[in-house]
Amino acid sequence: MAAGKTKFTNTGIGKALVVALPFVVLASIWEVASWNVPKFLVPPVADIFWRTLEIIIDFSLLRDVLATAGRIMAGLVGAFVVGGLLAVAMQKSAIADRFLGPVLNFFQGIPALSWVVFAIIWFKHIEARILFIMVVTALPAFAFQILGALRAMSKDLFEMVLSFRPSRMKMFRVMILPSILPEILTSWRVNIGNASRVVVVAELVGATGGVGYRLLEQQQKFDMAGAMAWTLQLVIFVLVTQQIINLIETWAFKYRAQSERSL
Amino acid sequence: MSVEIHFDGVSKYFGDFCAVENLTLDITRGEMVAILGKTGCGKSTMFNMVSGLQEPSSGSVRVQGRDPFREFDWFRGKIAIVFQNDRLLPWRTAVQNVELGLEMLDAPPAIRREKAMGWLAQLGLKGHENDYPHALSGGMRQRVSIARAFATDAPILLCDEPFSALDEITANRLRDEFAALVAENGKTAVFITHSIGEALKIGRRIVVLRRPARIALDEMPPANMSRDEADAIRDRIQAVLSE
Repeated sequence: MAAGKTKFTNTGIGKALVVALPFVVLASIWEVASWNVPKFLVPPVADIFWRTLEIIIDFSLLRDVLATAGRIMAGLVGAFVVGGLLAVAMQKSAIADRFLGPVLNFFQGIPALSWVVFAIIWFKHIEARILFIMVVTALPAFAFQILGALRAMSKDLFEMVLSFRPSRMKMFRVMILPSILPEILTSWRVNIGNASRVVVVAELVGATGGVGYRLLEQQQKFDMAGAMAWTLQLVIFVLVTQQIINLIETWAFKYRAQSERSL
Repeated sequence: MSVEIHFDGVSKYFGDFCAVENLTLDITRGEMVAILGKTGCGKSTMFNMVSGLQEPSSGSVRVQGRDPFREFDWFRGKIAIVFQNDRLLPWRTAVQNVELGLEMLDAPPAIRREKAMGWLAQLGLKGHENDYPHALSGGMRQRVSIARAFATDAPILLCDEPFSALDEITANRLRDEFAALVAENGKTAVFITHSIGEALKIGRRIVVLRRPARIALDEMPPANMSRDEADAIRDRIQAVLSE
């Protein structure tokens, strides 16, 4: 009976294979390409793998990855806090909404590279420059996403909780936070990806450490395997953080009904 | 009997639209009043003013002698509401939903869990305490919302057509249970409905509103109404509603 059987893709090995498959396919394509193109342009997968591993196990190199990860997280936390405050102000006040909406839209139109130039002109300290770039580039997205979540909150449920006369803190904990959490996690998911791209640009100009700095170093040495290895550090960082968000979602949204049919 | 809810010449406007016009009404402690009227006659506006969610444009609303809009927080634990739809928080289990009002009253966790479990058991939901709302039927969800309202032991209960979204059999059963619970617990209850049958079944007093909300009929059905008496009241209500 087919119904009684466990699908292979639901077993532990099956799940691992499903996760690994896209990466195996990509690596295979790269490897095949490396056989037909000079090594300095497309190095073999094994070379990239060992260089990647070297960065992970050598703390003097890993420190650069951690520095970049720290810059990403600091920038995102800053943008999230400021963006959240702006979103709350826009939700509470029509005047704030009318004023801040166009300002944030204006900010969204400024390319990340322009912010890099502004930061170099405005700030002397390198870390301040990078933090500034990370915050301003992620700020509009966080503000608009949190504002959207606040506006989408159910008025019926809000009034129901309000009818019990909660304190502001309890209203936030019981109603607002669980309502907006799905959008907050989505905004983090999107912004981590964006920030990992922006941070490299920010570190390319002026940083004395970090993945962007190391990438610039590889470019000067014309070392493609090194460039790939450092790039993969950022990819691994994004994959790990996305997996952490997946785990939080699984835990936080266990109340959601599961449909047997998907879209 | 002391007056629990007092409307004194209350009017409520939304722009130029008049939802409630010069309404004067007293509801005494322990009364169970069914407010009846056609859709859009201002029943819900009246309800929102008693619950403190809206402020009258003129006149005054007093609940236990206080202004429910301006003294909003004073009414914590004193007014409970059963809404038209269950309005359960989807991220909370049945028991956590029932505990909601008790959390607002800072009841200790053990006490609020004990009370919530007791109310769920009383409403026939034993075994479903840890189910999320999506796993419950419409009738079960509405029972949870009734349990949530009763758990705080608020002396005033406001109900906005709580059984209108349910099938007739479930609604009838819940109506009986609800009326018994209100009587047993000595609550002052305001029950908004657009069903004459429901008003006759639940109300110890029936107030019929005409658009914009003002009293068109105020009936006190006898305790053990005969079928003829019920029919006579029904006819009077129908006559007012069809005017």
